[in-house]
Order: sequence, then structure tokens, then C-alpha cells
Amino acid sequence: MVRDPKKKPLTVDQKRYTEMVRDLVPKPPYFRNAVLAFIFGGLVCVFGQFFTDVYRITFHMSSKEAGNPAVATMIFIGALLTGLGVFDKIARYAGAGLAVPVTGFANSIVASALEFKKEGLVFGVGSKMFLLAGSPITFGVVTAFVVGLIYALFVF
Amino acid sequence: MVKKIGKQTYKPNNPPVIISTAAVVGPFEGQGPLKEYFDHIYTDLNAGERTFEAAEREMLLNACFTCLNKAGKTPQDVDFFLAGDLLNQTITSSFSALELRIPYFGLYGACSTSAEGLALAAMLVDGGFASLALPGTSSHNASAERQYRYPTEYGFPRKPQVQWTVTGAGAALIAAEGEGPRITHMTIGKVKDLGIKDPLNLGAAMAPAAADTIVRHFADTGHGPEYYDLIVTGDLGKFGHQLTVKMAASNGGFDLSQNYRDCGLMIYDTETQDVHAGGSGCACSAVVTYGYLYKKLMDGTFKRILLVATGALHSPVSCYQGNSIPGIAHAVSIEMI
Repeated sequence: MVRDPKKKPLTVDQKRYTEMVRDLVPKPPYFRNAVLAFIFGGLVCVFGQFFTDVYRITFHMSSKEAGNPAVATMIFIGALLTGLGVFDKIARYAGAGLAVPVTGFANSIVASALEFKKEGLVFGVGSKMFLLAGSPITFGVVTAFVVGLIYALFVF
Repeated sequence: MVKKIGKQTYKPNNPPVIISTAAVVGPFEGQGPLKEYFDHIYTDLNAGERTFEAAEREMLLNACFTCLNKAGKTPQDVDFFLAGDLLNQTITSSFSALELRIPYFGLYGACSTSAEGLALAAMLVDGGFASLALPGTSSHNASAERQYRYPTEYGFPRKPQVQWTVTGAGAALIAAEGEGPRITHMTIGKVKDLGIKDPLNLGAAMAPAAADTIVRHFADTGHGPEYYDLIVTGDLGKFGHQLTVKMAASNGGFDLSQNYRDCGLMIYDTETQDVHAGGSGCACSAVVTYGYLYKKLMDGTFKRILLVATGALHSPVSCYQGNSIPGIAHAVSIEMI
């Protein structure tokens, strides 16, 4: 018989205790987090728009073309702030506001790369760089494939 | 002579003496309310080393040498070095043992290692197997954080029940005779698991073990909480502290509300230092006990204390595979006789 610890039922004592803990430990301040994420996420978007406009006007690009260098700039800023040790301090308050945009993705990769630099290029930086970003990439690709398949089969 | 009293408690015939202690901490702990009780405060997290792991080793070695130096001893005088830490395969302790050249027992009790080492050292000395034993332990915020959680620069909001791993190391020198507080009882705890699965809520995972060991200690010795000037747990934090008070009352009928504190709440200023539920890590109970409490015992502020160091015996692998987090707690009573 295969026993999965995730499905193992709690004993009476465990049930009573987990309920006691649940009552005692406060919930994270969801509302405050949501408001902060909204503000910071909005600010990130404003910056993104600013860079898009800069590239659009100075290099005479179309809005669509200006998007790519703007994203690259945002990634650069996210990476730079991570390297300077500022990103994690802001992200403690900003939460999803910084994590969901491309800045969060840049942070997860640069933070891992920095952390495992001491283990060398092959076993450190090279293999651990996508420690946190690996899952979003994997499931991003899978989702893109499924959505693409549906699009190809049903839309055309 | 029977040294075992009750079910899990041991009483040495000649209570061994803690002849000297040392506690060294990182910069963040050095800003806390106990800063004047530490022997050395590092000004950077790297402690002049290339990696965080090497920094932790430097801290443990510094604590050991400071401790030996205070008693006027050299590593050659010591019979056993008992150490443990949080890193995989306890590399800090083993690599430190390599430098110290003292016969070495590697321990792993997670954050309960300070009391585990103290209890074993007392047994070795009282049993006549050693004349001097050196228990020590260490933890480092950045090295623990990257092993158990996320890279240090990764940004994410912290939950209210999260604890902050203490950077630092502590060591004590145990002898059969000498000046100083004595180890009069050791209660060795059982592993307890009451189904907590959240690795960010370790205080709640360890509280059942702490309460169990405290109740067992009182039942075995016949003492009550009022026998001690101070009862301290290792690193339960704000919520673990409250849970332990509740469980000691419901399981054993003992009222801990008067003289019970937690090292995780003592080492930081929880109002200004933004550590959420308090400190954690092997060094948490070690530096508070060997720094603050030892000096308070020596100057007579406290006569009897009960140290209950608590450890969460999980690993990232066990958590990802869906296991709940077992906890352990060992109690050591330290008295000025």
C-alpha cells in the first residue's frame, strides 16, 4: 500500500492542536497587502509606460516595437536593484505588486544567481539560477502550448 | 547510585559546573536589547570570510576559543567537543572540530542543539568520561535562509508568524569542579508532532514538544514552575510562547505565566527590529543562555533557571513531500549552588 503523507488523516490531538494554532496565529493583512500591491504594481506599470514612450518618441518606433526595449529596461532595473540589495526590502511591502510584473521574474533569477555564485559557474550559477524561476517558465511554456493548440484547433 | 529520576530526567551525582561561556553574534543581533552581554559583535554578515558558511564557522571557532581563553584553557585540555548546527551534514561543526583538534561528537537537534550538547557534556563529565567538555552551536541567518527558504535577495512579503534566524555562535566549558553555575537536572525530550505543516510557523510546530518536556521535567523532579527564577524556551517566538503556556496549563496544570520567557523574544526588540514573531536558530538559545543568562547567574540576579531548547526536525525535502513538522525539546536546569 502506498502511503501518501499528504493524505494521512490527522489524529484527534493533531486536529485539536492545528485548530488552536489557526485561531491564535493572525491572518496576513490581506487588505493592506492588496492595496500596497495595487499601488506598487501600478507604479511599475507607469515606469514601463514611461520607458515605452521614451523609446517610441526618441527612436521613432511604433508602440508595439517600443515594448521590447521597455521590458528589457524594466528587467535591468529589477536586476540592478536586486544586486544592490534594495529589491527585497521594497518587495517586503510591495508583495505581488513587484513580484507579478517582469521585475519579480528578474529578481528571482538574479537573487538565485548571486546566492549560488560561490558554488562556481557550473554547479552554482548555471544550475541554480532558475531555482525559483524554473516553475513559472515550465508552466508558462506548457500553458502557452495548450492555449496555442486550442487557438489552432478552434479559432481557425 | 541511580541517576535517572522519573521517566526522562537525569540528576548528576556531582552536578557539573559551567566554568565559562562565550557568545558571539552578527551585526543585527548586536543592535538588539542584549548587545552588552555578548563577547563579540561582528560588523558584517560575512565576518571577513568569502562565504556565509565560512562566516558561520569563524563565529563558532571564535566562540570556542573565547570560551577556552576565559577559563585559561587550551583545546588540548578538552576531552570532548560536542557541536551541531543547521547546515546540511552539520559542516560548520565538523569543520570547526577539524581546526580545534578536540575529539568530536557531531550533534543534530536543530535549534535544540544547545541544550542537547549541554546535557550530553554534563553526562560525560559526571560519568567520569571527561574532565572538560566543550558543547557549542551556531547558526547564520543567510546560510540557513538559503538552505531552508529562499535566496537572501529574493523579495517577498513576510507572514506575521515568520521568525528570524539568529546569526551567531555560543560555546560553554563544562568541568567537574570549579566556579560557576551547575547543571543539576537534564530532561531529554521526545519527538512530538501535532500536525503542523507550515515551515514558516516553526514556533507552533515546536511548542507541543516544549510543553511536553516542561511538564515531564516538573513531574519527574517534583518541582513546579515557582522553583525557578526563570524558565526559558529556545526559539518558539510570540505564538509558540503563547501555545506553550496554554499547553502546559492544559496538559500538566502548570502555570507558566509568571516566569516563563522565550529566547527568541529576548534577543531582538520585537517592536523596532521587524523580526515578526521573534528569533530562531541554534544560536538563538545558545547566545541568550551563554551571553545574557550566564552573566545574570554569575552576578546573582538569577539563582535557578530552566533552559528548554526547542528544535524543529524537518528538512525542506520532508516538507515538500507533505510530512508535518516534528519538534523536540530538551530541558537543562542550571543552578547556582
